[in-house]
Amino acid sequence: MEMNQYLEVFIEESKDHLQNCNTQMLELEKNPGDIAIVNEIFRSAHTLKGMSATMGYEDLASLTHNMENVLDDIRNGKLSVTTAVMDALFSAVDDLEDMTASIASGGDGKKDVSRSLSLLEAIQKGEPAPKAAAANNSSIQYDEFERTVIEQSLEQGYKAYELTVKLKDDCLLKAARVYMVFEVLEKIGEVIKSNPTVDQLEEENFDQQFCVTIASKEEKDFIEKSVLKVSEVESAEAAAVNLEAVEEKPKAAQEAAVTQEVVVEESSKETQKQAVSNKTIRVNIDRLDVLMNLFEELVIDRGRLEQISKELNHGELNETVERMSRISGDLQSIILTMRMVPVETVFNRFPRMVRQLARDLNKQISLEISGQDTELDRTVIDEIGDPLVHLLRNALDHGIESPAARKEKGKPEEGTIQLRAYHSGNHVFIEIEDDGAGISKEKVLSKALSRGIVTEEQAKTLTDSQVYELIMASGFSTAETISDISGRGVGLDVVKTTIESLGGSITIHSTEGQGSIFSVQLPLTLSIISVMLVEVEEEKFAIPLSSIIETAIVKDEEILHAHNQRVIDFRGKVVPLVFLNETFDVKKENTEDIHSVIIVRKGEKLAGLVVDSFIGQQEVVLKSLGDYLGNVFAISGATILGDGQVALIVDCNALIQ
Amino acid sequence: MSNQDHDLKVIVFQLVNKEYAVPVQNVQSIEKVMHITRVPGVPSYVRGVVNLRGVVTPIIDLRKRFSLEDGTEDEHTRIIIVNIGDIEVGFIVDSANDVLDLSSDSIEPQPNVVGSIEADFIEGVAKIDRRLLILLQLDKVLENAA
Repeated sequence: MEMNQYLEVFIEESKDHLQNCNTQMLELEKNPGDIAIVNEIFRSAHTLKGMSATMGYEDLASLTHNMENVLDDIRNGKLSVTTAVMDALFSAVDDLEDMTASIASGGDGKKDVSRSLSLLEAIQKGEPAPKAAAANNSSIQYDEFERTVIEQSLEQGYKAYELTVKLKDDCLLKAARVYMVFEVLEKIGEVIKSNPTVDQLEEENFDQQFCVTIASKEEKDFIEKSVLKVSEVESAEAAAVNLEAVEEKPKAAQEAAVTQEVVVEESSKETQKQAVSNKTIRVNIDRLDVLMNLFEELVIDRGRLEQISKELNHGELNETVERMSRISGDLQSIILTMRMVPVETVFNRFPRMVRQLARDLNKQISLEISGQDTELDRTVIDEIGDPLVHLLRNALDHGIESPAARKEKGKPEEGTIQLRAYHSGNHVFIEIEDDGAGISKEKVLSKALSRGIVTEEQAKTLTDSQVYELIMASGFSTAETISDISGRGVGLDVVKTTIESLGGSITIHSTEGQGSIFSVQLPLTLSIISVMLVEVEEEKFAIPLSSIIETAIVKDEEILHAHNQRVIDFRGKVVPLVFLNETFDVKKENTEDIHSVIIVRKGEKLAGLVVDSFIGQQEVVLKSLGDYLGNVFAISGATILGDGQVALIVDCNALIQ
Repeated sequence: MSNQDHDLKVIVFQLVNKEYAVPVQNVQSIEKVMHITRVPGVPSYVRGVVNLRGVVTPIIDLRKRFSLEDGTEDEHTRIIIVNIGDIEVGFIVDSANDVLDLSSDSIEPQPNVVGSIEADFIEGVAKIDRRLLILLQLDKVLENAA
């Protein structure tokens, strides 16, 4: 059968499912008792198994099959979630990922998976299932309080029963019957516990059967008969509570109880989940580009149409044009957001990686991720993964010290790595901050000297950040011992080249002993940004809203001079002024003594851009000026306005020095 | 872009009373003058950028590029959009109204006279009837832009 056409879909979906497995498994590690998570993993593994078997990838299928077995045991309470189990599962997922990657790159998807297989099998066999019996009969778990109550009742001559009541299949008012059963029971004894809980019973959140623990002086038969008198009760079976049995296998009972409770909720959860999960299709990005360009032509014509209808001033025409404008406005925002992908798709594989690395390195590390919903163009997303992995590895290996060393320095034993993403101006910043050892300037310098990367004279004049940048020079590695995680001296310079090839840049801040920040700045190759449109004489410029702090009106006499630089006093801060008409050689005809100023920011630094007037705020599409013009000073791109004219986008970062 | 074919189809345009020609396969379209947004900090012959059906396209003023006298725009002024490799630019010309077939033997190399700056951009000269067409070397025209 011809499978090629399905291959791409298979690979993409497999990746999704594996990612899902990874995320859920990390989650499971945090909440080992949550069967819902196990179910989620199980579903993914199951789909994977089905898909790979269909596609003829037997290794994939057999490994997922074994994974499934283990997961099945977990959700049936035969196996508890331990680190050993998780490790085996993780290693299996690793193998699966390798295999999918091999298929994606044209390989046959074969890999020696015997290690993962034997791990999984060992776990499945190694932990026999002694608790199966317990899970079957004693379905009620008692906490300490309930157990005391039962014990005391027994001491006072009461008898404790577990009463299993089954309603008829066609029973309509289950809640009402439950109520009646409880009423009967309360007359003859005291209800200690019910499973499912009373609340769930009242909401009819159970099948046909429920279980009640009751303390009573009556005999077993009498209780059964009394309950059976309630109509629509099919059967009622009482059994004496065996407290010892419960105590003997508290763990098993606990697990079984969890399973039971979850099963009750399962059906409702299932439906919810299906309702929530989004349906998606995959679209070639080229088609989106075409769609985008076509749409922009439409926008321009829309502008003309609006103009014409205004001139004609025809009522019906105006109305229609207005409606069309609104609809195309909505259309625009949909098309624009279609290409954007949250950076989360890259980030969510990191927790897993950090966990593994931290264990390999015997370090305690917590990874804090923020801003994962920051959106980037799909093309950038695809490229940024590997550089970030490198930087993270670097921070783990070289940044964070060993727990002992950290303790000595008075730091908490657990190191923290923060991964942040945020929008600023025309760029997205991704920062990796660790609270580790920081970069030792002296070490870097001496190493650079010995490697011949800088000369003695150069070394003296270098600024801090220039020194830090040396570690990204090729042929540089400061780790004293070379580990297999990083430190082969090829890492960081590759990172730098990759990021620069994306049109981005990377900067390093570091305080020795306190940690370092690697800040990656990425462009939005194609992105919607909010801008403030301003006018300088006849020319329109767009200033990214994200760099703007506020706008102000400044009089001539408020402008001060310092070192040949015009500045203003803005809320107690000295802010240099940049006259856009001078920067952009706009012929200025009339000079006013009142200036409109936009206060912009780059990091901590501020500047005031002087313009003629503000037009307003608008969402625009960032477009490049093209290869021919290349880089133009202080212009980061262009955009097409509603009337079809081109407006230039000001690069505030270049204006602030 | 040169005359490897026996017949060369060219677009003819006028610039200060002279006729120039560019191969038709390099020409994407001919546009009427539209609003040009000036771009600061670029060579003076780059007039700015226009919105060409959603694509921001740089516009070169050929008069300035060839160091000819400045002219005024009228209803004949056209922008010729050309493609050279991946680059797409527009040329402002006085008028463009002819498509001609040139046979390769009518094309002569440019006269080897040291003269105006425009000589650097000339690939050859074609004589048809009593008209003299100057064939442009497009990649030279675009060189050293920024």
